[in-house]
Amino acid sequence: MTSWFKRIAPKLIPGEKKKNIPAGVWIKCPECGETLYSKDLENNLKVCLNCTYHFRLTSEERIAQLTDHGSFHELFRGLTAQDPLKFVDSKKYKDRIKAAVSKTELEEAVTVGRCLINGHDTCLCVFNFRFMGGSMGSVVGEKITRAIEYSIDQGLPLVIVSASGGARMQEGVFSLMQMAKTSAALNRLDKARLPYISILTDPTTGGVSASFAILGDINIAEKGALIGFAGPRVIQQTIKQDLPKGFQRAEFLIEHGAVDMVVSRKELKSMVSRFFDMILQKENKLLA
Amino acid sequence: MFVLEFEKPILALKSKIEELKRLQEDEKIVLTEEIKKLEKKSKELEITTCSNLSSWEKTQLSRHPLRPFSLDFIEKCTEGFIELHGDRQFRDDPSIVGGFCKIEGISFLVVGHQKGRNTTENLKRNFGMPHPEGYRKALRLMKLANKFRIPILTLIDTAGAYPGIGAEERGQSDAIAVNLREMAGFAVPIICIIMGEGGSGGALALGVGNRVLMFEHSIYSVITPEGCASILWRDGSMAREASKNLKYTAQDLLGFKIIDQIIPEPLGGSHNDPQKALYSMKEIILSNYKELAKLSGTELIEARYQKFRQIGEFVEAS
Repeated sequence: MTSWFKRIAPKLIPGEKKKNIPAGVWIKCPECGETLYSKDLENNLKVCLNCTYHFRLTSEERIAQLTDHGSFHELFRGLTAQDPLKFVDSKKYKDRIKAAVSKTELEEAVTVGRCLINGHDTCLCVFNFRFMGGSMGSVVGEKITRAIEYSIDQGLPLVIVSASGGARMQEGVFSLMQMAKTSAALNRLDKARLPYISILTDPTTGGVSASFAILGDINIAEKGALIGFAGPRVIQQTIKQDLPKGFQRAEFLIEHGAVDMVVSRKELKSMVSRFFDMILQKENKLLA
Repeated sequence: MFVLEFEKPILALKSKIEELKRLQEDEKIVLTEEIKKLEKKSKELEITTCSNLSSWEKTQLSRHPLRPFSLDFIEKCTEGFIELHGDRQFRDDPSIVGGFCKIEGISFLVVGHQKGRNTTENLKRNFGMPHPEGYRKALRLMKLANKFRIPILTLIDTAGAYPGIGAEERGQSDAIAVNLREMAGFAVPIICIIMGEGGSGGALALGVGNRVLMFEHSIYSVITPEGCASILWRDGSMAREASKNLKYTAQDLLGFKIIDQIIPEPLGGSHNDPQKALYSMKEIILSNYKELAKLSGTELIEARYQKFRQIGEFVEAS
């Protein structure tokens, strides 16, 4: 008994506690406050075991959850942002990019690839919100457009998983024009009659929500996701009123008819493949 | 009278000239030399001021309440305007106006943002900031034009799509995005003109054209300088700083090859002589239309696609 007390006692000294526990082992749910063991959380697709709050995913985690193991092959690598505006706020834009690259170990805010989703050969684009808020500049717009054109060229269905604050301010009007570019490409995909599933995850707002993200043949909102054109803070400042509870959350969007369904993370992959199973019939004479 | 800061020294000189002229008239003193000198000075000042306007001064000009608006163009430069209303789903949004008209005998579908000049008008027009039904009305009219193979003219002048609860409930994102996608597919010439403010997605939703033209003192931006300042500097009063960074003047955009042409304004801005500004605009619309009219529907769609397809600045590793 004494030895047990001796062992535990030092950990109770204030300030020492954090040192002895490896960082990131315990994670507090921002929704219900429950302390979760990180391994349990990861095994549960980063969904709170207590309240089903959906934690944000990195693009790597999303790809792992959504695609058949080992099937993802990345496309259109090696595109680097330029700084046409020579934009400087508290930091230079070029430095922001460098910081985002080293933080995320990604090239840009979107990753594109070809993969299998329960056996369906698919072109997949996945945003990473940790890369400058998943914002869309020239590179993101170009990669999304290439993905759409690749889908048309290869006759593949398209899935885009959005998580983005919108157009990237630091590239100014170049970012704005990516909305037109990507949407125009979707016009072509539409004419090619290839299916496009848009998965809107937390958060999808601004110029991304007002272009390709809302233009899916079917729009799937991930449970709890914030989705909207204007951010809640901007709306609040404009109308000078409190916003209703649940405003711009996935459940608000389905209620107002903006998305086809709200799906929890566990059901996402099977929903995508079920939709493809339904409409991508091998021998459809009506398509001839 | 609405006077901008940089206009004050010019106006001061001009009123001095007026005063001297009155003096000459009333007191019968010969002041011709002095008047001539001052007139020369005033002209020179006006020219140097107006050729060195900062991005912030251009922002103020682009928002000037006496600039020509969509309905001014329609009234002064078109004939037989038949205004059409409503999105057939929710309501008629007065912050976007549209209908068929003729310009020098050629039929056009014209659709544009409409701001107000005073409080009453602005309440009606919602300061030119559309709700989803405005964009859906615009789309409905453009589809009609496409169906009857009538060229489309869009007039852009908005701070942005309205950020409000109703706008979100009715799908602001969807309304804008669908316009972007559908405009890419119309088999008729589309000419887009930034009249004053080209604010973000709310402007672009009328902006997918074969030709995109801007007035000399107009702006076209991904976000308002105020919005940019409040996000990046956490301080809306840094708008001037943001306006420098955003590089959104007509001259910047022509340099970036994002727009095709600049429509010249009368010295000091269109509000000094709206009629003259509108006349230049009409001439430029017609000359652009004549070039586009040579293309087939398929060629127009392809050219429009390629125009937007090539926009973007990046480096690709070989």
